[in-house]
Amino acid sequence: MTPGVFEYHRPNKVEDVLALLAEFGDDGKVLAGGHSLVPMMKLRLAEPAHIIDINAIASLRGIREEEGMIVIGAATTQAEIMGSDLLNEKCRILPDAAALIADPQVRNCGTIGGNCANGDPGNDDPAIMLALNASYTLQNQAGQRQIAAREFYEAVYTTALAEDELLTEIHVPAPAKGTGMSYQKIKRKVGDYAIAAAAVTLSMSAGQCTDAAVALTNVGDTALLSLEAAEAIKGSAVDARAIDRAADAAMADCEPVEDMRGTVEYRTAMVGEMTRRAIAEALSRVAGS
Amino acid sequence: MSDAPELTLEEREATIGGIGTARKRKEDARFIRGKGNYVDDIKLPGMLHGDFVRSSHAHALIKSIDTEEALKVDGVLAVITAKDLEPLSLHWMPTLAGDMAAVLADKKVHFQNQEVAFVVAADRYAAADGVQRVDVEYEELPPLIDPKRALDDDAPVIRDDVAENDEVGQGSRHHPNHIFEWKVGDKEATDAAFETADIRIREEIAYPRCHPSPLETCGCVASMDAVNGKLTVYGTFQAPHVVRTVVSLITGLAESNIRIVSPDIGGGFGNKVGAYPGYVCAAAASIVTGHPVKWIESRIDNLSTTAFARDYHMTGELAADKDGKILAVRANVIADHGAFNTHAQPMKWPAGLFNIVTGSYNIPVGHVEVNGVFTNKAPGGVAYRCSFRVTEAAYLIERLVDILAQKTGIDKAEIRLRNFVQPEQFPYSSCLGWEYDSGDYPTALQTAMQAVDYAGLRKEQAEKRDKGELMGIGISTFTEIVGAGPVRNCDIVGLGMFDSCEIRVHPTGSVIARLGTKSQGQGHETTFAQIIATELGIPSDDITIEEGDTDTAPYGLGTYGSRSTPVAGAATARAARKIKDKAKKIAAHVLEASEDDLEWEVDRFRVAGSDISMKMKDIAMAAYSNVPDGLEHGLETTDYYNPPNFTYPFGAYICVVDIDRFTGDVKVRRFYALDDCGTRINPMVIDGQIHGGLAEAYGIAMGQEISYDETGNVLGASLMDYFLPTSVETPEWETDFTVTPCPHHPIGAKGIGESPNVGGVPAFTNAIVDAFAHHGVTHMPMPHTQAKVWQTLNELGLNK
Ligand SMILES: Cc1cc2nc3c(=O)[nH]c(=O)nc-3n(C[C@H](O)[C@H](O)[C@H](O)COP(=O)(O)OP(=O)(O)OC[C@H]3O[C@@H](n4cnc5c(N)ncnc54)[C@H](O)[C@@H]3O)c2cc1C
Repeated sequence: MTPGVFEYHRPNKVEDVLALLAEFGDDGKVLAGGHSLVPMMKLRLAEPAHIIDINAIASLRGIREEEGMIVIGAATTQAEIMGSDLLNEKCRILPDAAALIADPQVRNCGTIGGNCANGDPGNDDPAIMLALNASYTLQNQAGQRQIAAREFYEAVYTTALAEDELLTEIHVPAPAKGTGMSYQKIKRKVGDYAIAAAAVTLSMSAGQCTDAAVALTNVGDTALLSLEAAEAIKGSAVDARAIDRAADAAMADCEPVEDMRGTVEYRTAMVGEMTRRAIAEALSRVAGS
Repeated sequence: MSDAPELTLEEREATIGGIGTARKRKEDARFIRGKGNYVDDIKLPGMLHGDFVRSSHAHALIKSIDTEEALKVDGVLAVITAKDLEPLSLHWMPTLAGDMAAVLADKKVHFQNQEVAFVVAADRYAAADGVQRVDVEYEELPPLIDPKRALDDDAPVIRDDVAENDEVGQGSRHHPNHIFEWKVGDKEATDAAFETADIRIREEIAYPRCHPSPLETCGCVASMDAVNGKLTVYGTFQAPHVVRTVVSLITGLAESNIRIVSPDIGGGFGNKVGAYPGYVCAAAASIVTGHPVKWIESRIDNLSTTAFARDYHMTGELAADKDGKILAVRANVIADHGAFNTHAQPMKWPAGLFNIVTGSYNIPVGHVEVNGVFTNKAPGGVAYRCSFRVTEAAYLIERLVDILAQKTGIDKAEIRLRNFVQPEQFPYSSCLGWEYDSGDYPTALQTAMQAVDYAGLRKEQAEKRDKGELMGIGISTFTEIVGAGPVRNCDIVGLGMFDSCEIRVHPTGSVIARLGTKSQGQGHETTFAQIIATELGIPSDDITIEEGDTDTAPYGLGTYGSRSTPVAGAATARAARKIKDKAKKIAAHVLEASEDDLEWEVDRFRVAGSDISMKMKDIAMAAYSNVPDGLEHGLETTDYYNPPNFTYPFGAYICVVDIDRFTGDVKVRRFYALDDCGTRINPMVIDGQIHGGLAEAYGIAMGQEISYDETGNVLGASLMDYFLPTSVETPEWETDFTVTPCPHHPIGAKGIGESPNVGGVPAFTNAIVDAFAHHGVTHMPMPHTQAKVWQTLNELGLNK
């Protein structure tokens, strides 16, 4: 349970990070909160030769709103997400989910950027980003690009992030009035990843669901966006039958594996149950309803 | 010799802080400041670090071990294999159960993560680098994982080394994978009772393999002084003196040249009773290199290799009449001991004290048969916060009684009241050979029922059932057998299981006392001082308790099996009484009174009917200056106590759960625990023990399992999967008590450390099964994870 040999870098500027990433390529790893990377290193499942710590870079932290977009710095910690008035008011699914991530120690260090960039299907933020239709700002020495979260995840630990790229910001379209959202997660205990979890956003107008998104955590190679589940409630009054149809669709879309958390049958059933609960709660949170 | 202003008797008693005082734990001052001194805090000059190359397979032959690349790693000094230990005869070691265990795998590996080679390096990073570079070539063998298949004709033979032996230290055996057969009770009478009984119930009840998982893993620092030939080992030892004797027997070093020190220990729960390859390898490496060598387990090493608990596969049966009166009990057990028989029980008890399976009930006849088997799993079978298989026994009988209640339609509390051993039956001789010392079971259960409004709960449950909601009420009225133990039937490697205390009263009236036990969090520094305080009238704050250094402490058998207070606590009281006897002589001499005229009064001897008295503090000074002719100076003594019997703490627990029928989530709404541990020395320490023990019981019941896949890969051996409840999951505990003193213990105390674990686990299972009882469910296997509870819900169609 001790990591291999590595060299440690702590640059002060984003440009310096990018230069180091360009220099080391595959041998370099960005260190944010370290709560996914360091355990992997201790188990020697990851043995990067260079660690590039981004914690000294103030510009990578913070949460602001500009032009209908909530912009979150990649190195913002989960504790900061939980404490953000802006998010609690306008996008509470993020602080709600952060509260379900491990314990205060993990949340004080772990960052939202690390959670999104890590590529572990067990991470909670990716499904939420899928549901919110967020996008990521990726930078390298050549410049920067914006990529939709819905395009980012490819397979377990495989994302669109290139070796020389740094995730600097997360852009979340500020949810419109009349949007309700909820993240429901079932886990075995504190510090466990989800048996299954569902992120739901939905908008209501005149008793009808005008827009919805449903995304799932830890029941596939990546977080999964269930378009069918969203379709099942769109245009409906989100009554019990619509909710059941959405749950069935989410269950059909998920691909969990059997592990210590339970059988495929159980985890699939929990996808249905979490979807049901998330829709019901999101609905109850639609302003004015 | 009287002080002014004179304090009242009550005030004097309060200053002493003796038995019955909820005094804050003395040791916590250093623990909460991070100033404890644990094994991994010990750093000696020139110290090296050792780490193990471990087997990736459960069962395989070792074709070759290539250490060349590892030795090239900067900082790696040596790689030790079985071949290197063989000339020293250290490649195998004797176990506490009369078997042999490989220190480093000798020609074959018997379980995944078994120790194969020991890399010694300048620091733990280099050691880990070296471990990565040792190349071991294996030839896989078919593994044996299911203990119920161990005795099949075609089962793979696990232990070639003993395959032909007709015993492996615990009696005769009849198969290469068989370890022992243990039978107790009257088989014929039991069979006959079953034959004619109106009601018979039978259930297969497994107690899964779990692990004590103390917060601090096992480890040691071994230091051989090449100049004077003295070996010092600092380690996580629950029984330091036993370790010293065993080390002497294994190495041939004189016991006087071995010093074993247990510094602060971060929880043991049975995990730290046995001897592990790490200790032997660190000592061997220190002898060879001339440097101190440290070995510290990782969490994964701890959970997957050192001392698991339980793994009892039980079939239990009760015979009863129509009124639910139990007529006979029968139990048949397959005990999975893993690859080597390294369980830690008194030598004569291959299944520990499992024959306490009669529990709190007056059962006329019974028969128990236990067969121990080898499998390709980590060795062990320790008592996890338990007195030698009492937990398994209590779980079985408490489950069976519930099943009998369901079968007869009698309420689960009522059936217990009908079958309890009655207060006037004590001392009670059980059909399986124990003499229960004292108890009042009906009062305990009735008090519990009143406290939780049992009738009200049953009413609420009935209403909930009508609505399709699942609520369960679990009762556990357990009896323990602790305080091993009487030397006539308890020994470890031939050493009688007495214990000891040495007390020294200093001239100015403060005290140091040393015991043969070793606290791992139980609060001995607090509790034992209180015994002495009451006996000698010296404030407990002036009494230092020291344990764990074999160079200074009197010989004792250590701390486990709730034995410290029943055995060493008794020695403490008796040693104090010897001191007091001498003090009386001195007081009589100084006061020029007759001993017969002196009476004890809190902290002094008083000449009866007068205002002439002498405080213990002043007697202490006199002991060093003014003793009567014929009396030695000083005020010191030692007591070795061989208990006449075990002690039998008991309790009545009631647990109420609500089950989410869609997710399988179990919510413990209420947990009421009434314990009777006899005389209560420190109520706060007792409550702490109960809270901790119940939290562990909750962990075991809900999610502690070390499981294996069919090829022998150990699953869940990290805290990601293994359930260590935090304050978030842990339910609220309501504690209560009755006091039925132990008649044979000097202060009437019985021991409390393990009751909550022993009694807690069946309370949880009983509550969960009770939630489903109206659907005909009689048993649900532990651990009760959401996934497993959901399985039941799904099978019954209750989740729709
Ligand atoms: C006990 C425990 C329980 C946990 N439970 C959960 C849980 O239930 N749900 C959950 O979501 N998470 C859980 N986690 C993980 C935790 O949330 C991590 O903090 C998170 O996954 C990674 O964020 P980090 O800031 O710690 O990243 P790090 O560990 O530092 O990095 C993770 C990966 O992302 C890369 N990376 C980090 N930041 C950037 C960036 N800005 N640009 C490019 N690449 C980057 C790193 O190079 C690395 O590959 C748990 C962790 C622990 C220790």
